[in-house]
Amino acid sequence: MKITLRVWRQKGPEDEGRMVEYRLDDVSPDMSFLEMLDVLNEKLILEGEDPIAFDHDCREGICGMCSLVINGTPHGPEKATTTCQLHMRKFKDGDVITVEPWRAKAFPVIKDLVVDRSAFDKIIEAGGYISAPTGSAPDAHSVPVPKPAADAAFEAAECIGCGACVAACPNGSAMLFTAAKVTHLGLLPQGQPERYDRVVKMVEAHDEAGFGGCTVTGECTAACPKGIPLDTITRLNRDYLAATAGRRKKTR
Amino acid sequence: MAVTGAVLVLYLVAHMLGNLKVFFGPEEINEYAAWLRTIGSPVLHHEWFLWIMRVVLLASLILHITMAAQLTARARRARPARYRHRAKVQGSYAARTMRWGGVIIALFVIYHVLDLTTGTVHPEYEHGDVYGNLAADFAPERWYVTLFYVLAVVAVGFHLRHGLVSAVQSLGLSSPQRARALHLAASAFVVVLVAGYLSVPFAVTVGLVD
Ligand code: HEM
Ligand code: SF4
Ligand code: FES
Repeated sequence: MKITLRVWRQKGPEDEGRMVEYRLDDVSPDMSFLEMLDVLNEKLILEGEDPIAFDHDCREGICGMCSLVINGTPHGPEKATTTCQLHMRKFKDGDVITVEPWRAKAFPVIKDLVVDRSAFDKIIEAGGYISAPTGSAPDAHSVPVPKPAADAAFEAAECIGCGACVAACPNGSAMLFTAAKVTHLGLLPQGQPERYDRVVKMVEAHDEAGFGGCTVTGECTAACPKGIPLDTITRLNRDYLAATAGRRKKTR
Repeated sequence: MAVTGAVLVLYLVAHMLGNLKVFFGPEEINEYAAWLRTIGSPVLHHEWFLWIMRVVLLASLILHITMAAQLTARARRARPARYRHRAKVQGSYAARTMRWGGVIIALFVIYHVLDLTTGTVHPEYEHGDVYGNLAADFAPERWYVTLFYVLAVVAVGFHLRHGLVSAVQSLGLSSPQRARALHLAASAFVVVLVAGYLSVPFAVTVGLVD
């Protein structure tokens, strides 16, 4: 396959950045998108140029490192698929493909296609924990978990923290990520002690990091490689309202 | 947004139902309009109820628009660098047109009040004769006015379609089990409301009201 790539190149955080065009003449449809970039990078290195920096780690869709906006869509055209699991057979011979980094104030570009996602760590630090004895695994049956709660918590726990929801959101909001974490812990018995504190603290951390406000546009769910449902945000709102109303009562 | 939006939705329902009075003839709708100005009497002075409603509506509208502007400004701040390649909408068009749709509706409301409440831009406005005002406004040769009304009401429909679902979710009242029902209910509500509004200019155009 012949592929033309238009890639965002940016030398560092302070650089202005620009789109640069590259041509590849021998792309195999069986390559993954990242392998195709590997091939391009090898070529660039041989030519004495700076290879394109992009994030990746597991390359099996579970770590959440890969983060490319491909033709305007985070993680590219295939639904519920990370960039690393996207293959070139999804494209046609002769295609022009634009590749950009996640775009958000809270995700500053470090270099080329690599962004700094520590804003997510801040949200996790604010409430992504439970208070439970650690060190020894408890008996599996010591804390009963209702099956529907376990299923819904597991669905939310699938979030790999990639940030595609932010990249896709027209408001630059990270509410889907935040809601996935709040739901995952808030549904399980082990997460109850901090449930209402957690939601308030995590939303505060979300807002402080400079993410936008959620207007329920649903672009996040469409882009999410794990298909975290939009109603996860409804659950967050419910807990948040309960928590802030409860707080007001306490301070009065 | 959800709470002020709810006030405006309640008004939209009452207003649509009131408009339907036109189908019962000139006396009935003109009487209804006169009654709107005497609600609460003798406790309230003539038109006081109406003015209280106007203040509540205007306050809701201003708060609604202020919050929308704040959200928009926050969204701009959250993404200072734009994408070079913009993908097509993955979510819903209703959701993605809330801001421009809202601006269009606001402009419509200004024109509309100048048209049918104050009569400023109306060709032959007569206070108290709602029936005659409507018939003259949507007369076939003034098709462009009718078209503008139709577009505005459809814009209100789109705005509400997303607004209703979004408000319910903001208040944490939906759930995955009820999501489908919520979307269906919102669509049904919007279709009925839009049809109710459109029936009036349509009736004038085809001569049912003149
Ligand atoms: C085809 C659709 C519509 C028709 C035929 C219509 C008709 C009218 C009429 C006849 C009046 C004057 C009532 C009176 O003087 O007693 C009025 C007032 C008003 N309408 Fe509509 N209307 C329509 C749609 C809408 C929509 C979609 C909105 C809002 C988005 C709206 C908002 C208002 C407002 C704010 C007033 C002024 C109320 C006041 O201050 O007294 N209308 N309309
Ligand atoms: S919610 Fe989905 S898109 Fe957002 S960080 Fe988690 S896995 Fe990625
Ligand atoms: S590289 Fe780990 S999810 Fe893509």
